[in-house]
Parts: sequence; C-alpha cells; structure tokens
Amino acid sequence: MVSPGALRVVRCGGSALRGARAVFSADCKYLLCASGDFVKVYSVSTEETLRLMGGHADLVTGIQLNPHNHMQLYSSSLDGTIKLWDFMDGIPIKTFTVGCELLALYTPAGAEDSVFVVIPKKGERDTFQLVSVKLTKGAGQDLEAKELSVVLDGVGASMKHIAFGREGAYVVSVKDVNLQVYFFKRKLLNRFSLSTVKTKGGDNHFSCVVCHPTEDCIATGHADGKIRLWRNFHHKKEYTYSTLHWHHDIVMDLAFSMEGTRLLSGGVESVLVQWHNESSCQKDFLPRLGSPIEYISMSSDGALCCTLHTDNRITIINSNLRFSRSIQGLIKSRDVKTGLVVDPRTKALVLNGEPGHLQFYSLQSDQQLFSLDIVQRQYIHQAGLQQSDLVKVAFSAQGTWLATVEESEEVTDPELQLKLWFYHEETQSFQLNTRINTPHDNHITDMCFRDMDELGGDSLILVTTGRDCVFKVWVMVEDTDPEAQQSVSWSCDFVGSYHNYQATNCCFSEDGSLLAVSFEETVTVWDSLTWDLKCTFCHPPGNIRNICFGRLTCSKYLIGATDYGFLCCWNLLTCALEWSAHLNVVVLQPDPLSEHIAAVSWLSKESSLFVFKPNEPRPIYIQRNLCKEKILLAAFIPRDQPEMISSEKYLWLRKSQLFFLTDTQELMTLSTKSLEERLTPSSKQLAVEESLPVTPFSVLLGKHRRQQAQEDIDLGKPVVRKKQEQASPAVRELLHTPAHVLPSASFLCTIFINSLLISKENKSAEEVADEVEMESEKAEDDSDEEDVTEMEQEDTSHMELLGETTCKLSKSQEKELRKIRKTDYSWISAF
Amino acid sequence: MAAYKPVVVQACPKLGERITQDTLYWRGYKTPVQIKEFGAVNKIDFSPVPPYNYAVTASSRIHIYGRYSQEPIKTFSRFRDAAYCATYRDDGRLLVAGSEDGGIRLFDISGKAPLRQFEGHAKPVHVVGFLSDKYRVFSGGDDYSSNLWDIPSATEIISYSEHTDYVRCGCASKVNADVFITGSYDHTVKLFDARTKSSVMTIEHGHPVESVLLFPSGGLLVSAGGRYVKVWDVLKGGQLLVSLKNHHKTVTCLCLNSSGQRLLSGSLDRHVKIYSTTSYKVVHSFNYATSILSLALSPEDETIVVGMTNGVLNVKHRKPEEKNEKSQKKRQPAYRTYVKGRTYMPKQEDFCVSKPVKRVLRKYDKLLRSFQSSKALDAVLEPPIMLHTPEVTVAVMQELHRRGTLRSALAGRDEKQVNLLLTFVARRVIEPRFTPVLVTVADMITDIYQPVVGQSAIVDKQFLKLQEAIGKEIDYQEELLEVLGMMDTLFATFTKKRDTCLEENKSNGLTEIIETNRNY
Repeated sequence: MVSPGALRVVRCGGSALRGARAVFSADCKYLLCASGDFVKVYSVSTEETLRLMGGHADLVTGIQLNPHNHMQLYSSSLDGTIKLWDFMDGIPIKTFTVGCELLALYTPAGAEDSVFVVIPKKGERDTFQLVSVKLTKGAGQDLEAKELSVVLDGVGASMKHIAFGREGAYVVSVKDVNLQVYFFKRKLLNRFSLSTVKTKGGDNHFSCVVCHPTEDCIATGHADGKIRLWRNFHHKKEYTYSTLHWHHDIVMDLAFSMEGTRLLSGGVESVLVQWHNESSCQKDFLPRLGSPIEYISMSSDGALCCTLHTDNRITIINSNLRFSRSIQGLIKSRDVKTGLVVDPRTKALVLNGEPGHLQFYSLQSDQQLFSLDIVQRQYIHQAGLQQSDLVKVAFSAQGTWLATVEESEEVTDPELQLKLWFYHEETQSFQLNTRINTPHDNHITDMCFRDMDELGGDSLILVTTGRDCVFKVWVMVEDTDPEAQQSVSWSCDFVGSYHNYQATNCCFSEDGSLLAVSFEETVTVWDSLTWDLKCTFCHPPGNIRNICFGRLTCSKYLIGATDYGFLCCWNLLTCALEWSAHLNVVVLQPDPLSEHIAAVSWLSKESSLFVFKPNEPRPIYIQRNLCKEKILLAAFIPRDQPEMISSEKYLWLRKSQLFFLTDTQELMTLSTKSLEERLTPSSKQLAVEESLPVTPFSVLLGKHRRQQAQEDIDLGKPVVRKKQEQASPAVRELLHTPAHVLPSASFLCTIFINSLLISKENKSAEEVADEVEMESEKAEDDSDEEDVTEMEQEDTSHMELLGETTCKLSKSQEKELRKIRKTDYSWISAF
Repeated sequence: MAAYKPVVVQACPKLGERITQDTLYWRGYKTPVQIKEFGAVNKIDFSPVPPYNYAVTASSRIHIYGRYSQEPIKTFSRFRDAAYCATYRDDGRLLVAGSEDGGIRLFDISGKAPLRQFEGHAKPVHVVGFLSDKYRVFSGGDDYSSNLWDIPSATEIISYSEHTDYVRCGCASKVNADVFITGSYDHTVKLFDARTKSSVMTIEHGHPVESVLLFPSGGLLVSAGGRYVKVWDVLKGGQLLVSLKNHHKTVTCLCLNSSGQRLLSGSLDRHVKIYSTTSYKVVHSFNYATSILSLALSPEDETIVVGMTNGVLNVKHRKPEEKNEKSQKKRQPAYRTYVKGRTYMPKQEDFCVSKPVKRVLRKYDKLLRSFQSSKALDAVLEPPIMLHTPEVTVAVMQELHRRGTLRSALAGRDEKQVNLLLTFVARRVIEPRFTPVLVTVADMITDIYQPVVGQSAIVDKQFLKLQEAIGKEIDYQEELLEVLGMMDTLFATFTKKRDTCLEENKSNGLTEIIETNRNY
C-alpha cells in the first residue's frame, strides 16, 4: 500500500484564495473559490470545505458559473486551459485548451457558446487583450479551443478591470486613466480618459469597474478612494459622471446588488460600504472586517454577499449588511514572526494570524480553531503606521502557560511587552496572567520554557534572550496576599550575560538541567539550578543561527547551525566537537518524540531537507529540491497514533509529521501516501442529504419519526424496523448516484420496483404498528383504561410477531411502560 | 467581524498600604480635638455608664470630661502632689485614684471631697482599681507592695510584698471578684487571689512591665513592657501565646476595643497600633505628635482619647454614619419585574434568543472609534480625568501617537487649552510611567507652538515650568547615577557575580534619563 521512494510534498493549506472573485451557486448553498491550483467548494451554512476540485496545473485565475447550466462551472488557469466542472460532484466535464496564459474569465449571459478571456498579447510584454473563445461542442473530454477573436486591446490584467454590461450588451475595460466601452451590437468603441494630473494628491487611476445589472451605468473605483458613476456613455462627448467619495485609499472592489439599487465598495480600510442612492450620499458601513477587502461578490438572489480578504479569509454578509459568518483557513499574516509552534493541548499549529492575534489552526480540518487576541488594541488599517505585532510565542510542556512577546515596528526604541497567559479550564481559553512592560531594552530574539512534565508547575521557568546582550530568567512567584486576585505571577529571577555579546538563541536540554544560550559566535551552557556558566562552545567564523539539544538517546549532544553554513554537533560530556558538516541550514527542528532532527538548507534557489540523528554523522534521509520556494519555518507535529510505515527510510515520520511553511506562506507536509488515500471520506461525501430543504413539514415529520423511533425502542420494536430498512440500499443508491452516470431508466425500473416490495412478514408488522400508532394518536385525551387495553393489544401483537425473541413483560415493566406512554402523550398534545 | 477594542489603560500596581475593612473603619474618625492639660497624662478612664464621661489624670488633678465637651465638667484637685490612675467603678459612681504621697482616695463623682482615704503605702501609688465585687480596691505602689482595701471600713485587707521593684500597672478580673494582677518593673506580672496569702501565678515578661490587660473572658492576659506586647494564656498556667514587637520604643499603654476583636497599644514612639486579636497582625496604626502615655477607647468605639507626655489630650470622635437617604427615597421597581421570566426553563424545542449585551464605551473611546482625534484628546483633557486618572489621558495620547494623529490633535488649540495641556505635561512628565509618552507630547507641543511663543504670558510661564521640571529631573537623575556608581563599586567588592548589579540598573531609572536627555 505504500510505495517506497515516493515521499511526496503535499500542500495542506494556506494557498491564496485571491485568484478571482468568489462565486455563489445559483441556490446560494455553496460558495466557489479559486484557491491556488484548485477550486474549493464551501458550504455557506456550515462553513465547511465540501470539495476540492483539482486538475489545473497552475494558478486558477477565473471561475464563473455556466450561464446556461447553473450546476456547471467554468474555470480558467494560467496553464492555458478552461475547464468545465460539475461542481456538485466535483467532476471535470470538459477541458478546453487555449494555449496561452489565461488571466481572467468572463461568461456573460448573452454570449452563445463562447466565453471571454484575457490573454497576454503576443510579442508584447505587459499588454493584454480581451478575446472571446468559441467553445467547440465536440465529444470527448479534452478539446481544443483555438477559435479566438480579439474584442478589446490594451486591457488590464486583473479580472477587476473588465466588466460586462446588462445582458452582455457592452463590455467596459479600464486601464490606468482610460475607460473604454465596446458595444457589441453597434460595434462601437468609446474611449474616455481622466486627467493624469494628480489633483490634491489624488490619484485618478482606475482600480476596478462594475456595470449596473439593469441600467446603463458603470461604476469605477479609483486609486484615491473615489467611486465614479458613469452614465450616458453611448455618446462620446455628452457622457456624465458623478463621484462618491468615502474611502481614503484605493477602492479594491465594487459590486452592485442584483436590482442595482445598492452599490457595495471595499478597500484597505476593511470597511464594507453600502451606497444606497447614487444621488443622495446615503451610506451604511460594516466596519472592522479584519483585513483589507480584495473582492466583493453578490449571490444571484441578492440575499448574501461575500468579501474575500487579503489574508485569505472569506466573510459572508447578509443583505441587510449584517455579518453572517466567516470561512477561514490558514490566515495569511504579513510576516510569520512567531514561527510554527504546536499547541500541546489541541495539537494545533500556532502562528501569527490577523494583526495582533495568534491563530490556532487545526491541520486535520483545515480550519482555524480560534484566534487569541494578544495585543488587544484596535488595529488601524492604514499604511505607514507603526503597529505592534506579535513576535514570539512559547508554550509550556502541558500547554497550561503561554508566553507571548509583542513589539512595535519601531527600530530604535521598540515598545516591548512580555505577556504570560494561563489556560483557564472553565472558559477553555487563555487568560492574561502577567504583563511585563519592557522586559528587555532591545528586541527579544528568542524565548523558551523549561519543559518538565514530571516535576509539575513549580519548576516552570521561562528564559528570554535579547539584543540588549542579556538573557533573563523568569519564574513564577506566589502571591502571599490572600486578597490578591491571582495566586501566581511572574517575575525576573536572574539576568545573565556573556562578554556583552548579543544573545540570539536559547534552548533547554530535555531534562531541564542545562540551558544553552548562544551569544553571537559562542554557545554558552548554564546550569539551570545555580545559573553558573558551565562551558562554552564556538565554531568560528559566523554567528550561531540555531541551536538545539539532542533528545532521548542523543541527549548528550548539542547541535548548532552557523551563519557561515556549518552544522556542528558538540558532545556535552567531553565538551568537544563531535562532527561538523558544511551546510547552509535555514531551519533546524528537533522532533519532540524521537532523536531525529530535521535541517532544511537553502542553496541556490532550492530547499533541501536533511534528517539526521546527532549520534550519526550521516543523515538518515535526504531530499533535494524539496520545493522551489524558500522554506522559512518547520515544525514536527505529533501524530495521534504512530503510522504504519513499511519503508525503513521513512521511519522518522512514524511518530510525528513534518510541516513547513514557505515564504509564500503555503503550508506543506511530507506524505508517504498517495493522493487518493489522503482524501478523507468526509470530503467525498455527497451533498445531496444536506441540500434537502428544511420545511416546517419536514421538521414535523422528523419529530414524528423520532418520537416513533423512541417508542419503538421502548417497546422492543427495532428488530422489526431494521429488517425493513435493510431493503432500502438499492433505492438509496439509485437516488444518490448522479444522474449522468446512471444506466437507462428501463433497466433500473425492475430493480426499483422490486426494492419497493415488502416481504410478507414485514408487511404485517408494518400494518399492525401503523394501526397502533393511529390509535394512539387518537387516544391522546382518552381515559386510562383505554390506554391499558391498548397496551395489552400492542403487547399481544408483539407476542405474535416476535414470538420467542421477546419474553413476556412483567407487571412492573408494564406499569412503567404505561407511565412512559402517558408522559409522551401529554407533550404530543401541544400539537 | 470584531467589535471595537477600547483603549487599554495601563494599570500600575498601587504601592503602599492596601485598603481593608479595618483601614476604612479606623479612618472613620473626625479630625482630633486637642486639650491642654497641666502635666503628662498618665491615665484616661471612661465611665462604663452613659453618657460615657471620662476621667483624665494629669499632674495633681483629675478632670472629668463630657463626651463632646472641651472643658472639664468636673475637677478633683484635692491632691498635694501628683495624682495617678483615676479609675471608675463598674457602676460609674465612684472614682478611685492613687497619689504621689502614697494615699489612695475614693471619690463620689457627684461630690468634691474624698469619701474614703486609704493610707498604708509608704511610696507613691501608681496603680489602683476596683475589684469586680465593687467593695474592694486593689493598689500597687512604689514600695513594691500590692494591697487590697475594703471600701466600707477603709482598711487594708491584705498586703502582698512579692514584687521586687515598683508596681506600675494592674488590672482586676471581671469574671472572678477575688482575682487581680499587677505588673512591676521587676519584669514580672503576678496574679493574686484575695483568698490566698501569696501570688497564684508569676509571669516573666522580660522587660519592666508598663501595662497589663485581661481579656473580658479572663482567659488571656496581655502585658506590655519594653518594646514588646505579649499575650499569655492564663488558663494554661501563663503560657506565652504570642509576642508582638511592632513598636520601636517602650509600649506604655494597652486597650481593647468594645467588641474585644482589636487590641490597641500606645507607645513612646508616637504610634498607636491596632492588632487583630485573632491573627495578632497589625491591621491599622495611628500616628501622633508626641510620645503616648495613656490611651482609652469609649464604648462602641465612639471616641479615642490619647494622652501625651507633653500634657496634650488628643480626642477623636467617630464620624456619624452616612445615610443614603436618596436611595431610600427612590422607589424600587416591584420584585415581580425582576423575577419576570427568569424562572422560565426553556423546553427542548424552544429556540433561545439571548439578549445582546450592551457594551458601554467611554466618551474618548466613542470618539476614537469614529476617528475624531482632536475631540478624543479634548475628552481626556477634562479636569476630572486629567487630575484623578492621568493614566487614561496618557493612554489616549499614546493611542493617538500610534495612529499617527497626535500632532494634528495637539495642533490648533487656543491659549486656554494649550495652558491646560502644558500644565498636565509639566506636572506628569517626570513620572516614570508617563515619561516616554509625555516626552513625545512635549516635543510636539514645542514644535507646533514655537512660532507663537511670546504672544501669551500664561503659555510662556507654562513652558518655563516645563523646562524647570525637566531640568530638576535631570539633576536628580545625575545624582542617582552617581549613587549607583558608588553602589556598583561596593557591590563589585562584595560579590563575585556582577549580574546582580545589572538588576539594580534595571530597577533604577536609567532608561528615563536617556530619554529626558535626548529631549533637551
């Protein structure tokens, strides 16, 4: 089942959702998004990822519903293909090969069997043209689509720069300060341009364009935050425009509501603005959406609207401008300064989330578990501000304590805060315990807890290293005052330094007895009890970049990586260098559950992975050219249960899984399984069940059924029930299989009819049960005696049916049953 | 979508004493009334019956004061020499006092002449008191003896000469009419039973005993002498329960409050300390102008009277309880309105809609939320906020600085507002927790209002004040640095590790001086 030699790099989250505007399915149940090379299908109601449709070889640049069949979706990609999908089942129906990079895709309703794409103009760089592609109606899956006809020349590359007017009558394109409108019927091209002179510091450049769905009106967004509404653009001279201005920075996207009465706009302010009436400047706001808005899209019935944000979050908003829900995977932050940390409690990956927050990302469900607000300040979305952000995170071994460091971006005088959070069991979240202002006089470079499982909480020590040339040891002190709000707080216990060098890294040995602190070129080892300097190691030239202790059998080794591309292993017993290797190590990551240490090197545009044990100078595993991007961070995540790995080569992956984050913030992992195995059954689950509408009738029916089932359980009926249900798989299969893969109806008919037939004994049981039900329904307010007789009747019927399987009920049981029935009826009568 | 996050105001842990129930209780006294006596006040005793007059023994007189009178309502001055230890009987009708000449006099508080005179002591009698059967008087004299007197016949019943030094204090048991104790300068406290010929128990205090006290239950005995207050368990045969050393001079007097929950001790170090009688921890302390000789607390703790060595009597009355009449008048909604719907238990099929929690934002937060920087700054420059919670003002200034709008918020203000702003900055810039922010603010203000300097006398004055404040702070910091240098050399000679010195650096204001220097 495992094919050795095929350790694959698998992307598991964090791809940009920003290729194109999201699309709502026609019934507003699903939301389709371009995500990297994939198209993702989300359920609007549950926020789950239902399906991942892969097949494109490069970034997906456009997705549009097929205007002639709302169950189908067109997608275009940089690999030069247009694919037609059945998104309900996730099946690619057709692939049209165009042959050049496709940058945007449009499927206006008016166009018969052709779509519009933006392609780069041949022979010219940075010039793009809008072409219509005739989609041939041939048989077979892969088709060529070479019939291209140029519609507009010199258009913008982004999909936001082109819009189609009502019923596809005209197409609008904006670029720089020029607006061009092309009328298909009249074959007329009108060009308008704004003055290039920047007035009052404003920037007239167009940023996006949308067309009114019912009227001849174009809305354009500009780089200076203005929105212009153009009318009368049929005439070259007598066109008019009105201006709406609220945004202080570039308008990222615009969207008209379906009736065209409302206009939505969004930008860097992360405020969604709703303009009601173009003439009066009445507007509503939905502020603090978290991060800049990249795309806005409306559902076809106008009930929902969704915004795509720059940090890969999707927000779904009601028509009355109320926040409804948000779909968030791995939030992309500007810079992952915290590194990849594993929360020992939830096994979630912890890293920078939205500004000032810490995100807990569940790898299993590709969902954000929660976001912890660390900085607790209002984030102002404005360029040029010195925001404070989270830079370091450390968890204690049990996950009960969390230490965070935040600093402002000021270089000279950073505003530093060290915060210690305690996990509160009742609220199931972290609560701030101690806040230390200016723990160091300069930036904090590293931070670690002393991990000691067996010694309990009182041995907990936190060490921070700073560029102010010292490392500090923080300990918990108990507050003796009984009236104090909290029993413990943290304070500084020891300050150590070494020849006034900047402290760069710190690390505790596995048993917590030794602390290694690197000071520029030197590694110093300290006794954690007395805080005496034990010994120093040095491997000149080059500063120490990373250090870590070996674990388990290799706990006598200390590993360090230097700037000058050396990986050194020192023996702590002999205080001598054991071995060294010439390797430009970027990431050094020990596995917490085994002796293995992973080192990721960066050499001439490729990252390579080396896995080694400190006691053996030869690496266990080498994978060259892991990925093209630079790998910035890595983390070993313990598996829930050890995986069965046949190949000896990959034994190091048995207990934990290696994840790494590239500089484009894509999260990757190494997997020994093939793609099919990885797909969880849940993602393959069909969406038919949940697409059943919830009507009052179904609710009532459901309740009735449930109640019936409950009674059945009481009376020992399930034996009968189960038998009847066993007959249904044929029907269920029939109903759940997509229509286009089913054989002809005549062939299915006999099977279907047969499945509906009920065998004799079952039938009788059904009938009797039904009778009883009917009677009991009627007997709601009848007297007790009737109930008793009824009970007897039912009991006897059971005796007949089940014969030897059920023994006769005793008197006391009968009484109890009667009681149950009575209570049941009292609350049924509410209906 | 996140809600607006209010500005975080950095709370500083409050140094100094913590406010407890005790502090609130003992602070509830009015400013003291000072009454000048003729000599050192050696004894104050409250009458046990209303209206709780008190007898003050000073020099050769005994003054009786009413509760609120500043003049004595009665004086007993039939002493040739100093009088000592005027004490009331349980019914408040008789008063007994010792004197320098060794005589003990018994007065009726309505009369003037002594009812009885007990002669027998050869030396001054510093302590007298009634036994709880009301018909006997005990006394202790400088002739080392402790005597018992019969009031009706004015004769000596028994005389114990067991002490080996002056007997200066004593106390009668309230439970047993035969038991009394005396403390002496021979470092012992002796317990006598009138039915026996010698002392029943001797307790070694360790210092000349200045004052003794029996708890109302009679089980515990408190003795004060030297700097120590010691509590003894009488029933266990005089076992030491606790020894308190909270004064740094001789403790001269002891007193229990009316409930018996608190013990008060006065000392020559000018302090009155109040202990809890359960934990024997100091819960509060009073400070007086001169050394304290005597101390008394009226029933219900209405009045604290303290007598000093310089003859000043310090009387503190309790403030009347504040009554919230307004809240009484306000008609409360009926109980029903509170309970309405609260008791309803949601059924299984019910859909619960929770009431949205209304968030209350401060005025400046509301303004900051809508990006009105100038108005937000105005809101925190209002005197109540600026005077009482300067940290709020500074937090908002910091937030504005973070948003990059501090300069525009500070600009465009008139003379009055600039004056207000500068007053605040000049006053608070030297506080270490505000310095980083306020230095920036001061910098900006000087930048913005530089062109108009000289146009307004008030603003110019404030600028000068600011300069003066910063100049002073710089001098101060320089001095501190010098001290620090000296300490560093000392530490370097004493300890091997220099790491401890680093910590010293941190706790001092090194960073602040760098900042202030940069500004000017």
